[in-house]
Amino acid sequence: MRLEIKGLTKKFGSFTANDSIDLVVEPGEIHCLLGENGAGKSTLMNMLYGLLTPTEGEILLDGRAVTFDGPGDALAAGIGMVHQHFMLVPVFTVAENVMLGHEQTYAGGVLNRSAARKQVRELSDRYRLAVDPDALVEDIPVGVQQRVEIIKALASQAQVLILDEPTAVLTPQEIDELMGIMRELKAQGTSIIFITHKLREVKAIGDKITVIRRGKVVGTTPPSTSEAELAEMMVGRSVSLVVDKDEATAGAPVFTAEGITVIDPRGHMVVKDVSFEARAGEVLGICGVQGNGQTELIKSLLGLIRPDAGRVELDGKDISRHGPKESLAAGIGYIPEDRSHDGYVGAFSVRENLVLDLYRTDEFSAGPALKLDKIAANAKARIAEFDIRTESPDALVSSLSGGNQQKVVVAREFSRPLKVLIASQPTRGVDVGSIEFIHKRIIAERDRGTAVVIVSTELDEIYALADRIAVMYDGRIVATVTPDIPREQLGLLMAGAAPEGTEVAS
Amino acid sequence: MTAMSPAPEAIVPEPDADKPEVRDLRSWLPTVRDTLLAILLALAVGAFLIAISDDEVIEAIGNLFTYPGSFFIYAGDILRYSGQAIWEAYSALVDGAVGSGSSLQRTLERSAPLICAGLAVTIAFRAGLFNIGATGQMLVGALAAGYVGFTYDLPPGVHLVAAVTAGVLAGALWGGIVGVLKAQTGAHEVITTIMLNQVARFTVLYFLAKDAFQRPGSDNLLSPAVADNATYPTLFGLHLGIPLALVAAVGVWWLLERSRLGFEMRAVGANPDASRTAGMSISKVYISTMAIAGLLSGLAVTMILLGLQQSVTDQVVGSVGFDAITVALLGRATPLGTVLAGLLFGALSAGGLGMQTSAGVPPELIQVVQALIVLFVAAPALIRGLARIRRRKKTATAEPKGAAA
Repeated sequence: MRLEIKGLTKKFGSFTANDSIDLVVEPGEIHCLLGENGAGKSTLMNMLYGLLTPTEGEILLDGRAVTFDGPGDALAAGIGMVHQHFMLVPVFTVAENVMLGHEQTYAGGVLNRSAARKQVRELSDRYRLAVDPDALVEDIPVGVQQRVEIIKALASQAQVLILDEPTAVLTPQEIDELMGIMRELKAQGTSIIFITHKLREVKAIGDKITVIRRGKVVGTTPPSTSEAELAEMMVGRSVSLVVDKDEATAGAPVFTAEGITVIDPRGHMVVKDVSFEARAGEVLGICGVQGNGQTELIKSLLGLIRPDAGRVELDGKDISRHGPKESLAAGIGYIPEDRSHDGYVGAFSVRENLVLDLYRTDEFSAGPALKLDKIAANAKARIAEFDIRTESPDALVSSLSGGNQQKVVVAREFSRPLKVLIASQPTRGVDVGSIEFIHKRIIAERDRGTAVVIVSTELDEIYALADRIAVMYDGRIVATVTPDIPREQLGLLMAGAAPEGTEVAS
Repeated sequence: MTAMSPAPEAIVPEPDADKPEVRDLRSWLPTVRDTLLAILLALAVGAFLIAISDDEVIEAIGNLFTYPGSFFIYAGDILRYSGQAIWEAYSALVDGAVGSGSSLQRTLERSAPLICAGLAVTIAFRAGLFNIGATGQMLVGALAAGYVGFTYDLPPGVHLVAAVTAGVLAGALWGGIVGVLKAQTGAHEVITTIMLNQVARFTVLYFLAKDAFQRPGSDNLLSPAVADNATYPTLFGLHLGIPLALVAAVGVWWLLERSRLGFEMRAVGANPDASRTAGMSISKVYISTMAIAGLLSGLAVTMILLGLQQSVTDQVVGSVGFDAITVALLGRATPLGTVLAGLLFGALSAGGLGMQTSAGVPPELIQVVQALIVLFVAAPALIRGLARIRRRKKTATAEPKGAAA
């Protein structure tokens, strides 16, 4: 099916989210949509999927103009979408999830499960998805859950498949598998719109790349375009994809973790006897696929959860009994992995969020009262220093783009003297321009002699920042390596392969 | 960030300090509009109810069906009598609320405890807690304030302060229990406050049966009246509790917007996880918020007990504890809104009395109107739907302006 978008425009009040977008997706084409967060990719896709009504313009399917009143219409017309956050019922089986919404029943309203099971098996075989129809969704890995979403779309006869940031949650191996599946789908005639901000993936899989910036199509290019050129198209200026940094001059160990063990409320041991040390003026990168204990490890370092065993030391002092307040006061800077959950208060203004963990210091409060003028002055200074794009210091943080939200968190944590910086996914969901900025600041903090611990699932980030890499798998640090390790090998370590041939330090 | 360059000195807070007020005002406009529409709509439904329960209107409707030949005569009657009934009722309402010095006094007297108890709900709201327990907090406050008020014999001023302090502390204790339970065990405050309301009621009944709380020579569950020295002094016919309620509102505003604790309360209310990560103690916030809420409830009941009704019964709180929730909801959990909503409810309550005495409208009607206001406020989609009909006409004329700009 040929999808054509002509002059599609979406306005929200006076704000134009999509400005006269033209796009053609040929049958059996993988069309990449590249753009920063807030560039208007999601708005465009939501119009295609019937979630938003265009202000102007039209959508043509095989030359025929269509309008959608809801996702149901879009699905019926052959457009399927796999959302970034899966829409699956965890306690249902794969087959049950696939039939959800268009259940077939026998007489008397009894569910016809076998038909759904058969359908899943057929689609799985045809596109080599290797999905078991009877597995419970909560038991299968994230990558397979994503394939269930794909099956759901295919089951409703989707001929154009929209994949919204599908690789964000996957391991490098799973990403390779997904790309294989995408090629298989393409070979059988399904068109794919692949939304991402990762340049590497776009170049690896795309037939055509359309770049969107500030609601407008900047251009459509072949995948042979260089990464630097693509980044420039995305951001509107040249960006350096490599972080300029000098060799680290690692000092004494400032921050050490020894035998940290965490048992989660369900009784699973999620962090198993983890030890590491972070040295002054050095970046330790902890890499691993999401869900291998990094979250719990970091929370236990800060005192947000009590480790069930082990010690955390800062400057030789035991801080394992500290709560977050004491840890922060002792000189730990913390950038949590999920900023909207733990990093900021969305209903608070930028100004208030910039002092969310500083308001209690003498600088910003006197007795029971807040020093509002100091808080306002601080906001002004940080907004300028970190180039936070906000309409005013009083704007709610929830109204900012992801990159600017993250800058608020980063600016706050960098506004007091630090001994250790613990940053978890510091650039998740952040646009290229802001990534560059945040990375520079982290390196600057390192050069000031702060011990930096970065937790990331993105290999690019680990390579860009880390001076030493600790790989976490299944709650353990399975290897500590240097950043000259080849990508494939690091990927294998992250997937739990035995560290053969690699130098295992620490 | 636009018009800031001409500032001569580096740190000039004025332009920044001005801005939020203007922004606030603008962002509040739709809320104010929705609320006013809700009130008008509720009064309109009330008017309909007044009309169809008026005897003459009912008779005219009956005639209309009996003599369909004289349709226009009786239809005219219905309209005329309805108009009369509505006019009479609502002018009695206005009269009873603000028509004279004494009705204004009654309005304010009824508003004061509503405002204060409303603040108890508002402040908890802001910390993410749903305080259903104003009733219970007020009851124990009444017990303590009343006991000090009628048992001891203290000099003027001292006695009042002692009684108010006792009531406030008892309320704070009762509210604090909820905070402790929530912080230590995670018990949901809706459940615990409702349960503690019951406990408070039976506690009051228990004490009222004791000799120490019994009015001599009475078999009713009624305490002696508090000593004159323990009542609020009056000024221009208004007792001191009324300005005290406004002071409390200003205090709550300061606490929420200007203080460290208030910053923590609002942060915890909006995102407890981020607050904890930022080093705030959620337990401390829950406990202190509920204690302050209880304190405000305790203060509210002194405005009844030491201002109007001078003896403790199990009915001393009346429906104020629950109306407080509605007042806070209508006031959108802001101190100013709570004051305005409290005044409105006080006026409706005082006016309802006037409506009953001079227009013969049952007092329940005013409760229906109050309930409808809250219902419409809680269903903003309904109000917006009505407002949209009007806006559609407006956009037709507003469009060219927008295009030019």
